Amino acid sequence: MILFLLIQASVVQAAYSQGNRALDRGVRVGITYAPGTLPGLLILDGERGSFVDSVRAILQRDLDYSDLFELILLFGGDHLTSGPGQGSGPPASDGLPAVVNYQLYAALGAQFAVDVVSHGDSGVSVTLYDVLGETVRTELHIPNQEVGDARFRTTVHSVADEVVLGAAGTPGIASSQVLFVRDGRLYRVDSDGANITEMATQGRVYSPVWHPDGLSFAYVNFPGDSRIRVASAEGGFGNPDIVVAPADGVQDFAPSFSPNGAMMVFARASRTGTDIYSYDLADDCCLQRLTVCQFSDNLSPTYSPDGRQIAFVSTRAGQPQIYVMASEGTGQELFAPFDFGVTGSSFAPEWSPDGLNVAFHRDVEGSTQVFVMDVASRSVRQLTSAGRNEDPTWAPDGRHLAYVSSRAGSNQIWIIDIETGRIRQLTRMGKVRLPAWSSRQSGSVL
Amino acid sequence: MRLTLPVTFGATVVLLASACGGGPEPIPLTDPDSLAAAEQVRRDSVASEQAVRDSVTRVQAEERVRVRRQQEARQDSIMRIQQETAAVTEMLSSRIHFDFDRSEIKPEYVSVLDAKIAILRANPMLMIEIVGHCDERGSDEYNIALGNRRAIGAKQYMVDRGVSAERISTRSMGESQPLVMGSNEEAWAQNRRDQFTITAGGDGLVQPGI
Repeated sequence: MILFLLIQASVVQAAYSQGNRALDRGVRVGITYAPGTLPGLLILDGERGSFVDSVRAILQRDLDYSDLFELILLFGGDHLTSGPGQGSGPPASDGLPAVVNYQLYAALGAQFAVDVVSHGDSGVSVTLYDVLGETVRTELHIPNQEVGDARFRTTVHSVADEVVLGAAGTPGIASSQVLFVRDGRLYRVDSDGANITEMATQGRVYSPVWHPDGLSFAYVNFPGDSRIRVASAEGGFGNPDIVVAPADGVQDFAPSFSPNGAMMVFARASRTGTDIYSYDLADDCCLQRLTVCQFSDNLSPTYSPDGRQIAFVSTRAGQPQIYVMASEGTGQELFAPFDFGVTGSSFAPEWSPDGLNVAFHRDVEGSTQVFVMDVASRSVRQLTSAGRNEDPTWAPDGRHLAYVSSRAGSNQIWIIDIETGRIRQLTRMGKVRLPAWSSRQSGSVL
Repeated sequence: MRLTLPVTFGATVVLLASACGGGPEPIPLTDPDSLAAAEQVRRDSVASEQAVRDSVTRVQAEERVRVRRQQEARQDSIMRIQQETAAVTEMLSSRIHFDFDRSEIKPEYVSVLDAKIAILRANPMLMIEIVGHCDERGSDEYNIALGNRRAIGAKQYMVDRGVSAERISTRSMGESQPLVMGSNEEAWAQNRRDQFTITAGGDGLVQPGI
């Protein structure tokens, strides 16, 4: 009640003194932000219960991690939508029509409001309100289920992605997952850092990469037989397929799927050096060598999202740097500019899903940092500076990167939003490496 | 009475003769003079038996010495071969190291590789594998390529000097198997290396001629 009065007071003040942000301190709790840079999204508090609380907590975190909104949180007993009124919201558990006080939410700086309401045994509803348009944008239902179940989290992540789609017009990344390697074993983790699961694989794992469908992944058993295998992400790992026919005396690594999943490119180390090959997965044939350099190595290929180009690492100028070629191997040229003898070696390129950027890591003064190159202008920007930072991998939204960082001591996966520079730590188990972020479809149940 | 004695002597001689087993046929005793002859025969038989025994013992002793010497010689020989094989194997497995992000053979390791070439020439059945390793810097994937480059570089040096390429296989371990743990130049320098292992024909290796 006290909080409610505070809110009322600040709303009155806000209505009469635009721009006086000091008065807003009474209502914006939890996250400090610079007003006006991102649309405000109000997460309405409501009645308690283990299930509805869990949904609200996961949803809130997913929306926060999207970096698309300024979250406005309201703590306290009273629910802004409760009580008599003539709102248009869904009925609350008491059966009375809820009040949706659009004017109040707008006064709090919100362009959107999300309400999570319990409906007893049938589950909870998640409603996205367009505050300025005074309409319901999205309404989803989550049936009651075991909160500890991994599928529950997956369901809420998918709902969060729908909320992001409804509010921002672009799907979220909450239901995507990140593969990573630790001590030769392969794990996957939800995009919010929860639900770490070990994947059944053969031998020690290197170079994991998701298939674009998010249902399977490729990896290399290294330093075992150094063959590329593809396995299902949902069990059935008994006998993963070796996708490229074995050849004597070679080691295959760094596989990468074409965006439509029909082709695979990879690096093959042989008696003549390391070169990039492509293989037709759809027809299970047609191994083709794309680079032929007797005295240099070519590796770490990554397709552009239209499938027409491949960025890769080459030592043709001496030190490893980022090059590009057409997907058939023609037109090979330098991609990320560098000053010979000045710029450090560059490694591990990955083309962003929107095609606009290529992320990679580069040696900088005895350390390693993550860089992003704007493809159109070929201008390069350094994203990290604390600790060693390497092996960036794009989220499906093309604005978040997961990478390995030693900034907190041991190697962990961190995530950076390249728009705002905001970072967060994804893993806390140490000694992790080689992250690979899935497409949106991974784990989606909607 | 006269009849009794000869029977007694005769019985004695027969007994002696049968005890010798394979001695001369007993002489039928018909008079007392034959007793002396029989006694002589008995003495000769015992002496002969002793001589045979002595001879067998001597031969057996000589045989034992001979066998022991043979065994000792064989063991010496085996040990010598083992020692030589171990020495050759050690020479063969000595590592070579590289500068950071380089795969060229450094001048101080040329003699190490030349010694391995001599061993391969002296042991035509010998096959080896060269495994390239990297320090932890650079990307995981790049280090597979760099380790491969280090292995094939050493192989090429040997092939250029007459060793058949079929006798040398190569492999990269990237940065996956550091020799020394640590994130400093000392550890990194140790970890940037080629290792040499025998894959076939590693028994009874001989030192190359000087």
